[in-house]
This record gives sequence, structure tokens and C-alpha cells, in this order.
Amino acid sequence: MEPQPAISDEQVQVEDIEIRLLLEAIYQLYGYDFRSYSPASMRRRIMHRLTMSGFSTVLEMTDRVLRDRQFFVVLLNDLTVNVTEMFRDPEFYKAFREEVVPVLKTFPFIKIWHAGCSTGEEIYSMAILLEEEGLYERAMLYATDIDKNVLAAAKKGIYPIHAFKQYTDNYRRAGGRQSLSDYATARYDSVIMEQRLKRNIVFADHDLATDQVFGEMHVILCRNVLIYFDRPLQQRVFKLFGESLDMGGFLCLGTKESLRFSGNEESFDVVNRPLRIFRKRQMRPNA
Amino acid sequence: MPGAAPVKAVVMGASWGGLNAYSSVLASLPEGFPAAIMLVQHQNASTENRLAWLLARYSRLPVVAPEDKERIRPGHVYVAPPGYHMLVDVDETIALSMYRAVHFSRPSIDELFFSAGHVYGKGVIGVILTGANEDGSEGLDYIRRRGGLTLAQSPQSSEAPAMPEAAITKGSVREVLDLERIGPYLAEFLIGLRDEKTEHPGRR
Repeated sequence: MEPQPAISDEQVQVEDIEIRLLLEAIYQLYGYDFRSYSPASMRRRIMHRLTMSGFSTVLEMTDRVLRDRQFFVVLLNDLTVNVTEMFRDPEFYKAFREEVVPVLKTFPFIKIWHAGCSTGEEIYSMAILLEEEGLYERAMLYATDIDKNVLAAAKKGIYPIHAFKQYTDNYRRAGGRQSLSDYATARYDSVIMEQRLKRNIVFADHDLATDQVFGEMHVILCRNVLIYFDRPLQQRVFKLFGESLDMGGFLCLGTKESLRFSGNEESFDVVNRPLRIFRKRQMRPNA
Repeated sequence: MPGAAPVKAVVMGASWGGLNAYSSVLASLPEGFPAAIMLVQHQNASTENRLAWLLARYSRLPVVAPEDKERIRPGHVYVAPPGYHMLVDVDETIALSMYRAVHFSRPSIDELFFSAGHVYGKGVIGVILTGANEDGSEGLDYIRRRGGLTLAQSPQSSEAPAMPEAAITKGSVREVLDLERIGPYLAEFLIGLRDEKTEHPGRR
């Protein structure tokens, strides 16, 4: 087999321009703003779709995106990484029970925002945790995502049964007190989350890149979403979270995400560093 | 005359047998090694980066369990966290991603190699070590096509030869080296290159 030819810096530069044009086209036509996402991460996902769908250039794929909404939906699913599971990082939920719940118990009313909820597995996990801690009745959970398709799936709360073995294991390691099957009904090869878990959950679309402050929250969960953003967009979102949180409210990030590069570290105290639980300082930000 | 681009990073990938291979390579890199080392080892997801902790015992260079957006610095060893792809971003920071597994692996060697080849071009060395599947050979070929130097551990010195064999078969590899030669080769290549860049802007 002939070895494939060299790729010059100029060719790479042209490809980078094509990628920027694609993202601009998506923004102008469909309103999804990926222009400030991590370039390395975006590039890999776009190239994956390009190879899978057999396009020879990004420009060719852009042409298709502009004329074929069905194809855009396929690409969108690549651009928004929807990797999640129930009680993902069980140690986090365990720490949340032990270190955050005791504080929440002193509040008369609890507002929780899960930004980037994807297909909803983690918002149901939080609902279960709150129910077991006797807090569900006074809680309101806001689950948001940029992608309306995954939000529709989250609302349904129907998951493949094969995933439940892992979820059951996570649930136990997260300090679950019952059995995960108490919260769901099996039907054929699916599992449906109990209706009662949905009573206090509101699903809404919200784009962290373009939308504004979201209520006065006591807890914001945003785990493994910020890793896909570039640094300026991360800083925007940290500011947004700071403004959306009540004094003493909690911010929970993914385990490899950091406030270190946020430009906003001094507004937060560390509750649990390895599991990335932070708490907004009890002072006026502009005092 | 355009001089050789300085090598900014050495990217490495391994699966089966990787711990031994990495400890051998790292043990022979001297303090003040002038490039960043980034490595991927196939492993199961976990919140802890135990490999970084284990490898620190063999390395004179500081070993880092990186966070997202961390700056890539010369003379540091970055170990991809289990469960995440580790990529080089255009501003020479680390970008982590949970995008789909490649060759059933996250972290994947291909993901690191493609991104490093994109950002560093000639300024990266790709190394495929022992391993039991084909992850890395596409990415290594991309590094080759971008002008970077590509190395593979010799199959006969590998606990699992499939990974270096796949890369060699693909034609991606410029030098095949026994395990114990890889660290000294890198040290000589980088430090030699730095000292003699006016005379021999290339390999010795």
C-alpha cells in the first residue's frame, strides 16, 4: 500500500479555517454556538463525523449541513458529547450526601440547577438521593441542556436495561439506601424512571455559551461540560454560575475540571477538592 | 535554510505491558529533559490517576495527573487520566474529553497523537510501545505525515507485540528500537539536537 502523503502546515491551516466556517454556518442557521469550544476537541469530533460520513473536506460537509437538517442532527450528536450514567463517579454522590446534604437540610427550600444534563441519568440520580434524604419535597430541580433532542430523552427517563447493572453498582457505592429498582420499572429491554421522581424536575433548554443567569440556586451541578469549552468561554460560564448561586451555594464540577483557570477562584471555598465540590463565599461579591 | 523545529513534546502510547515499558523509558530520561512527555495507557475508568503516582517513582521528571486546560510544560510528564481522552489544544494546553472510545479505549492513543500532530507538526515525536490492539497506528501515521519523528518498540522486546506491529505494518514508523534503547535514544536525540542545532539540524 502506498504510504499517505505529507500534510503541510498550510493544509492544516486551511482545514482550521474550514472548521471555523462550519461552526459559523451552524451558528447562523441553527443557533447552536460551538465557536468557543475547545478547538482540539471540536476538531477530533468533526473529523470523526467527516470520516464516518465519507466527506473529503470539511467544506463539503458544511455544504450538506446547510442544506440537510437531518444530517445536522447527526452531526449535532457528535458535537455535543452525551456521555453520562446514573450516579456517575459514585464517590461524588457519596460526598454530596455527607458534606452538602447536612447544609441543605437547614434550608426551607432548595433550588438545584444541573447544567448540561444530557439524557438525564444524573438528574434522576440526584432526585433519588434527595428523596432518600427526605429533601425531595422541598426541592426544585432544573435540568438544562443545549441539545433539545437529549432533553426530550431526559424528560422521558427511559434507559436501556443493560446499563442498569452498572447503575446499580454505582448506586450502592454512592451510599444508596434502598434498591435502585425501587425507582424504576422494567419493561421489555428498557427501564422507566418512576413518575414521582419527575414531579419537581423542570427540563429546559439553555445554552451556557449564549444564555443568561438562571435563578438563585443553592446548588449548581455542571460536571464534564466545561472541559469542552475554551478558556474564555469557561470564564464566562464561571461568572454566570457565580451570579446564579446564592451566598453559600454549592458548585459541583467534574473531577478533572478546575476553578484554577477560571479567574474566579477567590469567590469560592473548597468543600471537597478531589471531588470538586466548592461553596460560594458568604460575602457580597462587589463589597 | 530552515532549521529543524525544536521538539516540544514526546507522545507515547501503550496498553498491555505498558507499566513496565513506561517505567523503563522514564527511568532513563535525565533531569532537564527539554520536551514535555505525554502518555496514554489503556486502563479502566476510575476517579484516581494511580498510574501517575506509580510512574513518579521511576521518573526524575515531575509526573503530572493533569486537569483540563493545564499548560503543557517542557520537562514534565503528563499521564492521561483514566476515562478521559487527553488532547493537545492549539494554545498548548491540555484538553480532556469524554468523546466516544476509540478502539474500545478512553483514553485513546490515536486521539492524543492526532491532536499532537496537528498542533506541533514537526515538533513532536510519537512513540508506540507494547500493546495488544491497534490503537495508535493511525495517529502515529498522522504524526509521520506532519513531519514528526515516529518510533516503535521492537515487537520482540514487547510484552504484547500487536500494537507496535500494527504501526510498523502501516508504514508509520521510522525507527524500531528495543525497549531499553528508547529512553537513551530520546535523551540523545533531544539533548544532542539542542547542543548541535547549528551544525546538524536533524538527527545525529
